[in-house]
Amino acid sequence: MSKPNPADRRYTKEHEWAKDNGNGTITMGITDHAQELLTDIVFVELPPVGKKVKQMQPLAVVESVKSVSDVYSPVSGEVLEVNSVLEAHPELVNQDAFGEGWIAKLKMDDPGELMNLMDNAGYDEMIREDKH
Amino acid sequence: MKKTPLYDRHVGLGARVIDFGGWAMPVQYTNVIEEHKATREKAGLFDICHMGEIEVRGPQALELLQWVLSRNLGGQTIGQIKLSVMTNEQGGIMDDLTVYRLGKDHYMVVTNAGTKDKDLAWIVNKRNEKGLSDTEVTDISDKTGKLDLQGPLSQKILQHIIAENMTGLKYYHAMNTTILNVPALVSRSGYTGEDGFEIYTDSGRIGDIWDKLLEIGADDGLKPVGLGARDTLRLEAGMMLYGNDMDETVAPLEVVYGWLTDLEKDFIGSTALRKLNQDGLTRKLVGFEMEDRGIARHGYKVFVDANEVGEVTSGTFTPTLEKAIGLAFVPVSYSEPGTEIFIRIRDHHAKARIVKLPFYKRGK
Repeated sequence: MSKPNPADRRYTKEHEWAKDNGNGTITMGITDHAQELLTDIVFVELPPVGKKVKQMQPLAVVESVKSVSDVYSPVSGEVLEVNSVLEAHPELVNQDAFGEGWIAKLKMDDPGELMNLMDNAGYDEMIREDKH
Repeated sequence: MKKTPLYDRHVGLGARVIDFGGWAMPVQYTNVIEEHKATREKAGLFDICHMGEIEVRGPQALELLQWVLSRNLGGQTIGQIKLSVMTNEQGGIMDDLTVYRLGKDHYMVVTNAGTKDKDLAWIVNKRNEKGLSDTEVTDISDKTGKLDLQGPLSQKILQHIIAENMTGLKYYHAMNTTILNVPALVSRSGYTGEDGFEIYTDSGRIGDIWDKLLEIGADDGLKPVGLGARDTLRLEAGMMLYGNDMDETVAPLEVVYGWLTDLEKDFIGSTALRKLNQDGLTRKLVGFEMEDRGIARHGYKVFVDANEVGEVTSGTFTPTLEKAIGLAFVPVSYSEPGTEIFIRIRDHHAKARIVKLPFYKRGK
């Protein structure tokens, strides 16, 4: 069973979360449900700081033993900071996807874009339907 | 998709099931790293019922096998197993398979799952061409169940349900025995680089043996293991996967199967392979280790001095060695261990180094 999806953030249909830090920036990562589907994450490719992305463009890559998956940016903006601890400890994404396993912080071009994403109830509903 | 007799058990164990060459097979039960480590450190149980078994019987069975297989089976004793390669007229690999000599004129050939029908048709056709009509070639895949029990504690676990002393069974040898009152063939062999056994029995009874082994092996840490860990285990051991690392466009001399190819004997493909041997190889399959960060995967391109020179055939992150490794085709001039190569991973070139195979060798 995956951990509950926190109410303080927004979710993409590709299983990323974005937490509004209140100062025009977000912290983002992949959801606990996503790490559960990927299982043993052994590699995270982080974006360079300063990289500019559009909403739902590829931002990072996570790899399990068997698979390679793109991680999409929940918002348009610029990468301010990355969680470089993941280079040595990719398993943190498995252990704590909503916390220590965060991937990047971005400066948002348009905070209104967060409204394109789901709230936790909407995301709960989506993954429930996926299971059918 | 075809299902093995153990399919319902896999679902019951919560396995993630994938389509593997038309078969619904468990890729993992819990996760690949855990199952991989269980096999290296204790023991793992694998459903291998999808693989093919073809029986070849009759006074000319050896003659037929010598013609269709690259390896010289002349010295094979009863009970011995030989890994071999089947090549087409051009010397391309049609399959890699194990040949069990079960009696004087009685052999069992174990094929990959996806190649079995092709192999069977080929062998039957070659028998007819040669006029070896006394030789029976029979597909026994459906009635044969197969389990692999692999890992350092395999013998200890298997000994609980086999009367004969397993210590006497030598590597790459097989014996007839009885398990749970069912006749079975057991060999000391496998596809993981560990000590272990391959067990063949009636497919209708294989479930009983699966259940019993998991029950008695639980105390020793035996776990069911899916195809995900089977792939990382075989790659660490420097073993190739048919369809992934080699196919009909690849000659055994270009991969690690040169030693299985006896150019002194005549077999289908021997003329082409002798010519290739004389002309010299242009490419070779080698092992490599990543030095820069990144995991090379099947199909990624290999570069030297910014020129594309080859392609990765297998690549993963190895749970035992905790680094990224793989197999790749490179020009012979770049195939020496120690050579630096680059692998294109998405938008960058990551440094790797050619190393000797295998990546992992178990301690004695």
